[in-house]
Amino acid sequence: MLARGQKLNRKLFQKNVEKLPTRNGYGEGLLVLGAENKDVVALCADLTESTRTEAFAKKFPERYIEMGVAEQNMALVAAGLGVSGKIPYMASYASFSPGRNWEQIRTTISYNNSNVKIAGHHAGISVGPDGATHQAVEDIATMRVMANMRVIVPCDIHEARKATIAAAKIAGPVYLRFAREATPVITTEESPFNPGEAQIIWDSDKPQCAIIACGPLVYTAMLAAKELEGEKIETLVVNNHTIKPIDRATILFVAKRCGAIVTVEEHQVEGGMGSAVAELLSKELPTIQEFVGMQGVFGESGPPEVLAVKYGMGVRDIKSAVKKALRRKK
Amino acid sequence: MYLNDKERKILEDQANKIRKKVIEILEIAGSGHSAGPLGMADVFTALYFRILNHNPRDPHWEGRDRVVLSNGHIVPVQYVAMAYAGYFSMSELKTLRQISSRLQGHPHRGSLPGIEVTSGPLGNGLGQAAGMALAARMDRKKHRIYCLLSDGEHQEGVTWEAAMFIGKEKLFNLTAIIDRNNIQIDGYTENVMPIEPLKEKYEAFGWHVLEIDGHNFEQIVSAASEAKAIAYQPTLIIAHTIPGKGVSFMEGKYEWHGKPPTKEQAQKALAELRTLGGKIKSEHE
Repeated sequence: MLARGQKLNRKLFQKNVEKLPTRNGYGEGLLVLGAENKDVVALCADLTESTRTEAFAKKFPERYIEMGVAEQNMALVAAGLGVSGKIPYMASYASFSPGRNWEQIRTTISYNNSNVKIAGHHAGISVGPDGATHQAVEDIATMRVMANMRVIVPCDIHEARKATIAAAKIAGPVYLRFAREATPVITTEESPFNPGEAQIIWDSDKPQCAIIACGPLVYTAMLAAKELEGEKIETLVVNNHTIKPIDRATILFVAKRCGAIVTVEEHQVEGGMGSAVAELLSKELPTIQEFVGMQGVFGESGPPEVLAVKYGMGVRDIKSAVKKALRRKK
Repeated sequence: MYLNDKERKILEDQANKIRKKVIEILEIAGSGHSAGPLGMADVFTALYFRILNHNPRDPHWEGRDRVVLSNGHIVPVQYVAMAYAGYFSMSELKTLRQISSRLQGHPHRGSLPGIEVTSGPLGNGLGQAAGMALAARMDRKKHRIYCLLSDGEHQEGVTWEAAMFIGKEKLFNLTAIIDRNNIQIDGYTENVMPIEPLKEKYEAFGWHVLEIDGHNFEQIVSAASEAKAIAYQPTLIIAHTIPGKGVSFMEGKYEWHGKPPTKEQAQKALAELRTLGGKIKSEHE
């Protein structure tokens, strides 16, 4: 059942649920920030339209910096702005930023502790037809490994907007991950969102397995949970949007309550969100865990929904991972 | 003339002291780079004792000029210049590269007040300096950004990304100074990977370029003043220097790029620098 107090989208399980891309939330958040805070500046590497930086650039041209196709220098310029009292938001595709400019981010943003917000767009396999070159499925790992860095993966447009706005209030570097495709709107304007606080958005009386998901795949996790309910398998779903710092209390709570975990992410299972959960649990409360995500391979061109199924991140994959975890529990 | 005889003598004498101290602390540290710091001792002396608008007693003063050392491996010379200028005590210099020291092997923002940004991995200074210059221009602040670079790091693609960006943005409040000493770890730059024609490349990107003798104080100070007077373009000063300057057995030798002197070598170097110091004094008397 839908968890109480989360004020989720009422049309969540209806066929006509609205679909909007999380990257739109970034653009909306930037506009709000631009009006609120004169120190917020935006940088982009020749992708203003697709990263939704365009509206900010038009409304606040004096605070928009076009970097050209130069992601490494974008990180450096952002770092310099960030140590000079500005709050820079730098955007490109995640394959290039933080894909190409990892060292600049490490040395001059992370180690400098410069107040830069890095927006990795078109992340995950759902980029679709562009193919594996443009499908960033390593960025959560490469960002969360850095000291001083926070990592947030919003599940829908509302959360994306809230996360973008919230990042300005966090002192220091933040990585925000967005997707290209229009994906179901899970939450509403009124849903609670605080960085670092995961939410249980699907609950049961006696949950046997916790499905911990992040990004637009949270919706797929919800669909799986609902179908499992019909098969008398009780689960709960955690929207684990903040991967670093991870919400220790909520993860430990659901692990204790369920005794089995399935993590779901549009990312390599090595080093991603599931690994972050496993790192915590192996120290504090070793729990049976199954990992849904990219299984150590590159993607390919194709329609996003077909890719998700082919690469093991569909409703059926989550359901079978839950069943496997339950078998292991016995 | 920007400098009279007395002013020049004071700077030359200061640079000699800085060179001696650099040798001493590198010998104690037991690791680090020798040639670059000695070669840039005159530029750093000119910066910290003549050019910069700064307050060593208040390193966070908002109106200060900012120094970004892109080729972070020559930071010993910056630490020594800063200590002499009064940023911290001379005795702290011997903690260079030691455990729990504020004097990290490469510059780190947050470890030592007066070090503006983290650098060392080559190519990362110019872009950061650009961000700082951009922020200053947005806020209509008057301070300047000085970015020091090596010649070798012009083999890093990101250096050119930054040069292109600074040209496009016409960041006139930024002065870049290249230590053109012609050496890098594997040999002479033009053998390893030619970077010439440096002047023409920067000019093509919209920079105002000056070439100077990096050991001539009159030229260093006058180039920095000229850069300040230009209100529509960034300025690059190509400072031709001799790596290892002041120590005969290190001068011009790329073998001395990345190693410190042994105790014996340090003694020999210090003796030479003392003689040089005496010469500076007598020349001006």
